Amino acid sequence: MAQSLAKEFTKGLWAEIPPFRLVLGLCPVLAVTKSVENGIGMGVATTFVLVFSNLLISLLRNIIPSKVRIACFIVIIATFVTIVELLMQAYTYELFLKLGIFIPLIVVNCIVLGRAEAFASKNSPALSIADGLGIGIGFTLSLASLGAVREFLGNGTITVWGGNPIFEMGANFLPFKFMIEAPGAFVGLGLMLCMMNLIGKK
Amino acid sequence: MREMISMIVVLAVLTSVSGGLLAAVKSGTEVRIENQVLKFQKAPAIQDIFPEATNDPLAERFTITTEDIELQIFPSILADGSKAIAFETKGGAYGGPIGLMVGINLSTDEIVDVRVTTHAETPGIGSRAKEDLSFVSQFSGLKMETNFALKSGGGVIDAMSGATVTSKGVSVAAVQAKEIYQKLKPEIVKQMK
Repeated sequence: MAQSLAKEFTKGLWAEIPPFRLVLGLCPVLAVTKSVENGIGMGVATTFVLVFSNLLISLLRNIIPSKVRIACFIVIIATFVTIVELLMQAYTYELFLKLGIFIPLIVVNCIVLGRAEAFASKNSPALSIADGLGIGIGFTLSLASLGAVREFLGNGTITVWGGNPIFEMGANFLPFKFMIEAPGAFVGLGLMLCMMNLIGKK
Repeated sequence: MREMISMIVVLAVLTSVSGGLLAAVKSGTEVRIENQVLKFQKAPAIQDIFPEATNDPLAERFTITTEDIELQIFPSILADGSKAIAFETKGGAYGGPIGLMVGINLSTDEIVDVRVTTHAETPGIGSRAKEDLSFVSQFSGLKMETNFALKSGGGVIDAMSGATVTSKGVSVAAVQAKEIYQKLKPEIVKQMK
């Protein structure tokens, strides 16, 4: 049991890491990764939704009739997304302002629905939590690393939390401004996908 | 038949439980969210509208209640000593209600300035109403009896190109502010003494 738990957890960190291996959920990946902070915030919010929706769907998997399962999944996911949105407004309002519309859009993030349909509806609650946690952390790491590349090249800083950069290039550093614009998201993601494939090939 | 009933029952129970849960979370976080909106949305807007206020509009805020509205008023004293107020109204825009903080000079009945507060407009399109001040600055200095509708609706406000619905939401909020102001001005003046 412990072994399969660990297996479900770690697959989300490398073998099935969402944006790079499954290439799912690209909308938030491209849109919010202007800084590490935004990436982490989005990743944590998605992880919260993933873990709780996986848990609930797994608990209810024998009760939900298969014909209306997608509708039920969406109700559960939308509920947790709205809870996250309210909590972020109440406790981390500045981050909420930066992520804005992309928080409610977690509802239609195909990673969340994908895990519900492909995993949680067929497996036990403990395994589903491990799966949600693994995929969620993998998603957070991906967003943070893409955010780090874009923020470093585009702005010359690395900001992990709270708006104060922990690392700053000197005034002589001329940033590639386009990296924090929309085209930079595609270039950054493309390069990272390419690197992941290079490493994975061996 | 059995299957149909079970589908209906499961969906109905699920939606009502989640509705109840959301209502509970909403009411539990309401006060905190209101404080956060005050701190991160209304306070900067008021600071922008009255940059040279000689008092603290946030600390001196008061509420006016009539039969149909409850309005939070932020009083301010301008640099030349004249009194002004700011309050927030909402207009329906593309992504839901858009909040507009309207600052009005009480002695001249002119708009000092307006700022967009809370909104859910499309980033880069409707959100320009908040980020790009050239749209909201059209309001500053206008008399309160001006028609705040868009030019296409017979008013004086130029819409932002590509964001007509957002522009309309802002102008609806301004028109609403005008109506409230004309109705409540005596009451507001009385409370400020």
